[in-house]
Amino acid sequence: MLDKAVIEKLEKIVGAENVLTKKADLVAYSYDATADVQKALPDVVVLPSSTAEIQQIMKLANETDTPVYTRGSGTNLSGGCIPLKQGIVLCTQKMNKILEIDPDNLTATVQAGVIVADLNSAVAAHGLIYPPDPGTVATATMGGTVAECAGGLRGLKYGVTKHYVMGMEVVLPTGDVVRFGGKTVKNVTAYDFASLFVGSEGTLGIVTEITAKLIPAPKYKKSMLALYKNLADAGKSVSGIIKAHVIPATLEIMDAMTMETVENYAKVGLPSGYAALLLIEVDGMAKDAVEAEAEAVVKVIKENNGELRVAENDAEREKLWAARRAALPALAQLGNTVVIEDATVPRSRIADMLVELDGIRTKYNVTLGTFGHAGDGNLHPTIMYNCDNKEEAERVHKAVDEIFAAALKFGGTLSGEHGIGIAKMPYLKDELGESGLEMMRTIQKSFDPKNLLNPGKLVPAKEV
Amino acid sequence: MSTATATIYDDLALVKEELSRCMKCGNCQAVCPVFITEKTEGGVARGKIALAQAIIDGTIDLDDPDMYEHIFNCLVCKSCMQNCPTKVNFDKIIFALRAAIAKKKGLHPVKKNIFKLLHNYKPLFDLGMRAGGAFQGLFMKQIPSRQGRQLRFPIGILDRKRILPSLSATPFRSQVPEKVTVKNPQATVAFFTGCSINYIYPQFGQDIVTVLKKNNVNVIIPQDQHCCGVAVFAHGDVQTAREMAKANLDALEKTNADYVVFGCGSCASTLSHEYKEMLKGDADYAEKVEKWSKKSIEISTFLMKKIDFRKPEGVVNATVTYHDSCHLKKTMKVFNEPREIIKSIPGVTFKEMSKPDACCGSGGTYNLTHYETSTGILKRKIDDINKTKADVAVTACPGCLIQIIDGIEQFGEGQKGTHYISLLAESYRNEKKNGKK
Ligand SMILES: Cc1cc2nc3c(=O)[nH]c(=O)nc-3n(C[C@H](O)[C@H](O)[C@H](O)COP(=O)(O)OP(=O)(O)OC[C@H]3O[C@@H](n4cnc5c(N)ncnc54)[C@H](O)[C@@H]3O)c2cc1C
Ligand code: SF4
Ligand code: SF4
Repeated sequence: MLDKAVIEKLEKIVGAENVLTKKADLVAYSYDATADVQKALPDVVVLPSSTAEIQQIMKLANETDTPVYTRGSGTNLSGGCIPLKQGIVLCTQKMNKILEIDPDNLTATVQAGVIVADLNSAVAAHGLIYPPDPGTVATATMGGTVAECAGGLRGLKYGVTKHYVMGMEVVLPTGDVVRFGGKTVKNVTAYDFASLFVGSEGTLGIVTEITAKLIPAPKYKKSMLALYKNLADAGKSVSGIIKAHVIPATLEIMDAMTMETVENYAKVGLPSGYAALLLIEVDGMAKDAVEAEAEAVVKVIKENNGELRVAENDAEREKLWAARRAALPALAQLGNTVVIEDATVPRSRIADMLVELDGIRTKYNVTLGTFGHAGDGNLHPTIMYNCDNKEEAERVHKAVDEIFAAALKFGGTLSGEHGIGIAKMPYLKDELGESGLEMMRTIQKSFDPKNLLNPGKLVPAKEV
Repeated sequence: MSTATATIYDDLALVKEELSRCMKCGNCQAVCPVFITEKTEGGVARGKIALAQAIIDGTIDLDDPDMYEHIFNCLVCKSCMQNCPTKVNFDKIIFALRAAIAKKKGLHPVKKNIFKLLHNYKPLFDLGMRAGGAFQGLFMKQIPSRQGRQLRFPIGILDRKRILPSLSATPFRSQVPEKVTVKNPQATVAFFTGCSINYIYPQFGQDIVTVLKKNNVNVIIPQDQHCCGVAVFAHGDVQTAREMAKANLDALEKTNADYVVFGCGSCASTLSHEYKEMLKGDADYAEKVEKWSKKSIEISTFLMKKIDFRKPEGVVNATVTYHDSCHLKKTMKVFNEPREIIKSIPGVTFKEMSKPDACCGSGGTYNLTHYETSTGILKRKIDDINKTKADVAVTACPGCLIQIIDGIEQFGEGQKGTHYISLLAESYRNEKKNGKK
């Protein structure tokens, strides 16, 4: 329990209405979007509105050795927000001001709690977009997406969050504030701090402000769907499209299990009897160029025995996309617990990984469907089960172990976009080795010697 | 008496399965009016689902002093359900929570006071009065305001600045005969008035009768109809709600009407959707509830889809914007027909507001218990209305209208607030003026 005096000081800093201590309130901050991880109640939740307030909160926490868990919208999928060791949940959702849109420099400067979609609506008036688009664009905060280096459907062509962060303001565990980067395209002053804080999962500092890069919105789009009787052909199409020098904005895959489930759920007209589908969208500024890219894609699909559907208008495009959007919700109906992984492999190994996942499904007799960003090699093997069934949960955990092992075997990585948090920490050593873990501890310690910021996440404690 | 099997409203533990459908994605944050205003997780569906889970798991007790506040900090607007990927029936969850707390601890303390005060107005205190929902007007005093009145008694949380409508001297149902007949009727409908039209806006009732007559429809206004019961249900008094539902079904059964029509989105959704839920497992009423749920439609659906709609020809010069009532749009899925009717009126320019289906913050008595949040939600709605430059804001629900008129008074630009059906009635009435018909 936190000292009453600390709570009173917090109330002085942010105002009593922005300090939550009632149990019924705290329950709502004991979880995030991650399934199958523990819950924990914080001692207090604070909702600051400014960097100055966050500095004071952090100073107080530092003086009193109180852990601080920064929270955006709590939509992450790795347990990053859970207040494992009690203390303060610092929620940025009231820091939601767009400070500046600068169309001359193609930048926007925002507070950390701005919702990604709100930034996009604001810059749309200038014909611009902020490309990183996780499935949660309408809810996730800029701070949360920066802290997780969120990706999304457009990652293949437009990159992920780290490619769009030009500058930041960060409050350090001491309460000091640092600003680095800015509106210049080039900047090699000092270390590349932005890269350090992007994906730091709330451990090194609290991101309070972000200067983001914007790009002109593509004017033309063309969507296609290809159906395959076998996985290898789908895999070959993925590398074939890239080899033909087309970089689609979107290149998504769905396995048979997911297709069937989506069709049962959303009735979007997906046929049965296929092993996989690819959803491809090419876009660009010139109609001719987009048409030419689409043609090149069609050729690759046909060469690899794919059956093709092209969206001829917005309504048809919408239908193809409805299928993709339904993937997770449809799968989620199949159990009361949904574990979504994001193990990622080099693009050329997509088909191998899918075959491996099929094997894992059979071996452990689990309900497993896979969809994801094929063009990025970023798959979402998704397992549904009943968490009250101990025996089933056991099998699921073993299957998850093997999924990670498979990704690493193919030269991939544990997480493409959801982060490590607590969910993937046990596997970190398999990818980085002991020396890698030691390097992480060294970095973390140099910023946060008292281990106050998001303790128990991302950086595994040294085994004793 | 039939003994129905236990439902989620009798035993909270039974709601567990519904809770497990929530995948904690947080999508509800994007649309929940309470969350958008307060920015706290306890306000959004995901937070309340976690609270319900914690109660079932025993980590927090229903006796917790803050429980009322949390369980009632919800408009039951169902916006979250429109955006929920796994289709969690959040309405069931929140109603089950309220039933559980009402059973254990009695009604919400604020509501209890209101209901007690209402007891003094004996003549009006029928079954429906227990709801309190439509009767905020009782507490208001007349002040020189264009469209309403202000608080009569200061009751704790009620803000004295509020503008609320007055009670009608003669309720609508005492103004009209039980049967209004026409020559060569296209159909016979029962008109379920609801409390708001009966006691606060009898003019809308008259307008509905006018419109039905002009369309050659026989109208039965059952004198033994009650409050629909949704407010009682929403406060957790499931037993009373069930009694009201049965009484209304019995009253309707006597009419033998082709359809039941409504001028209130909330009543309409209650009869068409909630009665099935309230009376689940009650074998005696299974048939009646099935039959009358199906026949229950909002007046616009009846006019546009069930009969030959007579196009109005009288001119009404107005720029009009339409607010979607949550219950009508999100439960009944009716949003096109009222717009078609408005657009059919000569002289009307229709202007769509941005987010027309965003909740207005009324939520029955939510605007009494959570005035500040309700006003925050309302202000966004009025801002959107202001931006259209319309001079008339219409809706299909008297509950929304009370709220919107209050909002116009505080944040608006002098727009008139009314029921869309009144515009249609006005157009029919103006036909004579224009020398037509
Ligand atoms: C249905 C669904 C679909 C999803 N789809 C995708 C997808 O396509 N791609 C993808 O990449 N992710 C996806 N996600 C995951 C999630 O949306 C992202 O991880 C998102 O970035 C989280 O943002 P948030 O604001 O909710 O952050 P939170 O969950 O609140 O926080 C995430 C982490 O960031 C830290 N943090 C938050 N704000 C700050 C700050 N200001 N400073 C420092 N640290 C901070 C927290 O401590 C925590 O460790 C999905 C999640 C769901 C539920
Ligand atoms: S019903 Fe409305 S107020 Fe209640 S949680 Fe859902 S969106 Fe929020
Ligand atoms: S949108 Fe639905 S599934 Fe997602 S958190 Fe809200 S209630 Fe749960």
